[in-house]
Amino acid sequence: MDNNVVLTMRGITMTFPGVKALDGVDFTLRKGEIHALMGENGAGKSTLIKCLTGINAFEAGEIHVDGINGPVVNHSTLDAQKKGISTVYQEVNLCPNLSVAENLFIGREPKTKLGTIDWKAMVKRSEQIMKDLDMNIDVTQNLEEYSLALQQMIAIARAVDMDCKVLILDEPTSSLDDHEVEKLFKLMNQLKDKGVGIIFVTHFLEQVYAVCDRITVLRNGQLVGEYPIADLPRVKLVAAMMGKDFDDLAAIKSEESPTFTDADLLIDAKGLSHKGTIKPFDLQIHKGEVVGLTGLLGSGRSELARVIYGADKNQTGTLKVKGTEAKIGAPIDAMNLGMGLLPDDRKAEGIIGDLSVRENIILALQAKRGIFKLLPMKEQIELADKYIEMLQIKTASRETLIKQLSGGNQQKVILARWLATDPDFLILDEPTRGIDVGTKTEIQKLVLKLAKEGKGLIFISSEIEEMLRTCTKMAVLRDGQKVGEITESLTQETVMKAIAGGGANE
Amino acid sequence: MKGKKINSNTLLLLITIALFFVMYIAGCVVYANKGFTHLQTFLNVLINNAGLLCVACGMTCVMLTGGIDISVGSLIAMDCMFLAVGMERWGMSAPLLCLLVLVIGLVFGAVQGFCIGYLEIQPFIVTMAGMFFARGMTAVISTDQVSISSNQFFVNLANMKFQIPFGAYTNSKGVLQIPFVRITVLIALVVLVVVFLMLRYTKFGRSLYAVGGNEQSATMMGLDVKRTKLKAYMLSSFLCSIGGICYCLNTMSGSVQQALGLEMDAISSAVIGGTLLTGGVGNVIGSFFGVLINGTISTLVKTNGKLLSSWSNIAVAALLCFFIVLQSIFAKIKESKK
Repeated sequence: MDNNVVLTMRGITMTFPGVKALDGVDFTLRKGEIHALMGENGAGKSTLIKCLTGINAFEAGEIHVDGINGPVVNHSTLDAQKKGISTVYQEVNLCPNLSVAENLFIGREPKTKLGTIDWKAMVKRSEQIMKDLDMNIDVTQNLEEYSLALQQMIAIARAVDMDCKVLILDEPTSSLDDHEVEKLFKLMNQLKDKGVGIIFVTHFLEQVYAVCDRITVLRNGQLVGEYPIADLPRVKLVAAMMGKDFDDLAAIKSEESPTFTDADLLIDAKGLSHKGTIKPFDLQIHKGEVVGLTGLLGSGRSELARVIYGADKNQTGTLKVKGTEAKIGAPIDAMNLGMGLLPDDRKAEGIIGDLSVRENIILALQAKRGIFKLLPMKEQIELADKYIEMLQIKTASRETLIKQLSGGNQQKVILARWLATDPDFLILDEPTRGIDVGTKTEIQKLVLKLAKEGKGLIFISSEIEEMLRTCTKMAVLRDGQKVGEITESLTQETVMKAIAGGGANE
Repeated sequence: MKGKKINSNTLLLLITIALFFVMYIAGCVVYANKGFTHLQTFLNVLINNAGLLCVACGMTCVMLTGGIDISVGSLIAMDCMFLAVGMERWGMSAPLLCLLVLVIGLVFGAVQGFCIGYLEIQPFIVTMAGMFFARGMTAVISTDQVSISSNQFFVNLANMKFQIPFGAYTNSKGVLQIPFVRITVLIALVVLVVVFLMLRYTKFGRSLYAVGGNEQSATMMGLDVKRTKLKAYMLSSFLCSIGGICYCLNTMSGSVQQALGLEMDAISSAVIGGTLLTGGVGNVIGSFFGVLINGTISTLVKTNGKLLSSWSNIAVAALLCFFIVLQSIFAKIKESKK
């Protein structure tokens, strides 16, 4: 093994039932480098990390760690830690009710001659560790007294003190503010100088370019490539992650964008924000308009929609619906204002598996009417049949349990649920994910049809082509912030440039 | 920042301790003529609650992990019945029986701890099963009320007085009264000190806190969560058995109805003492004062003489409410500071 290399993974392969999560992935980490592991959700980043740390067992491939002869297979995170591979997750994995010193040393406490815990030594050594990392804090205080960023760094300090050669930071910055992120970066650079190899998993592009030396990109469980940071400008990185060869894309011209007047204004959001997920944004949506929200996964697309809908309460800003200011405290208020939200996680937020297709369809309408005004059965049946017919939902009968339907058909049922409430404004979050091409086209057609009927829509999709076909306007998000709107010349090229953001003009 | 910050948990403990003193001093003032001021009154609180103190120590350890053990009351009944029947009907020796009771406690706790730690069943359900089992077993051993009188060793042990060299007074008949404690108090205080030291200075003790603080984190940090839980329930049942012996020394009898609801007294003592039901926060010193407060309340009600004894339940209920509300207010303040 190369002297400079601390970790090599070769040909790592692993399958989940039906899906090849990792397909012969290679990864190399050198001493004293910060190596970004990039890819969209489902690309296999987490799975690769889990294979390394022993949470998942891989089927083929080899892992070599510097200083250990022969291939390494970890069976638990503890196992991995003993071999010098430590992980710090987004969620701080420490105990808030224990002191900082204890969190640093629990499980390996210094002992007195009697075999009891030597608190003095523990506190002293903790202070030294913290001082080495330029953190002057009272280590006898409980962890919960400190900010999340500090907790994060204490977690890192623990990992580093345990002689780690490979430090994995899995989305460590998701809950930190800019200032805290800077502190973390400083710490990362210090560790880098000490020769620790750091694997940095994040979806914030800015941060990758701020600290990393090298990038490995995965897509659909396969290795796209490993690049020195200088060789992979943002746009190319985005293209690599999304799987579009940027240079080869033929620009598809969209139709003339229709013009809207203020009278058609349906949704007028000014300065809405939700702490921790989305920074203040303005957004206008007119009748008959399909607004696409684009950006990488995790850039805040769904979060923006959730704030408008009131699923996450906005902390700042105002929302006007049809010209009048609306106070949305909970989704039911949004429903009464004529909104609907088709969530992206249909298993968790959408379907109720043990209810029938009919019951799932009438659910939102019933909620809107209130539970005491039961929808007459005859009407329920009519509605259900109407939408089963209209959306061509493939189900044995309207009384079949929805969990027995395929994913695409479940999605249609949820769409039907919202259509049944006859909304003026509909948010579709990844309505076509995981469904076949034919159904996708049908749903796209339906979106256009609804727009023609004068409804306003927000359409969120990871597939840019799909958005280009349906949207009249695209709002671009990056790192929880709306960074622009594209109305003119909607093309793959303009959109991807906008997603990649600053420094994209190579 | 000046000096050391007092965190909210320490503050809760201080409130508990302060409350105990306020309550006791108030009792002394109001019932001075009924002998409340004598040292013996306080010592009687300890004597009457020695068993409960042992149980509360075990309960605190279990609650620290975020669990609960509601089998303890029944286990005490079973222990007492076993001791009583063993001595009176089977003619077994007292030390052997005590040893057996402790072993039974360990095994009982191991079974419960295994179900909770390794099979990951809810502690409430497991220990409820344990509760029914132990109470049922008590009746299987005997449905009669069995008094212990023939075993001289045990009787002597129960009657042993450990006199205290101060606080003596002459009662109304002119007899000098020297304050004393029973052996049960000594046992309970040793238990208290040992558990206190264990919680502070051993890896197992700290693991209990870690598991209650965040189970997943504890695993990630390399602690054996399952084993820790198993040990916690073994410890609880073991301490409960020690408590059972103390309880038996106090009552000198075994009966199916004994120690009914004692588990709730133990839980309320721990909660009043600042142990969080969610785990990770608490201390046996707090539980000690929780037991004292519980005992003082019933002594106050008894001393009054006119009040229905159920008033002590109402007072405990009010206190519990007070402390739980206080805890949640502190938690809210902490959250809003972030």
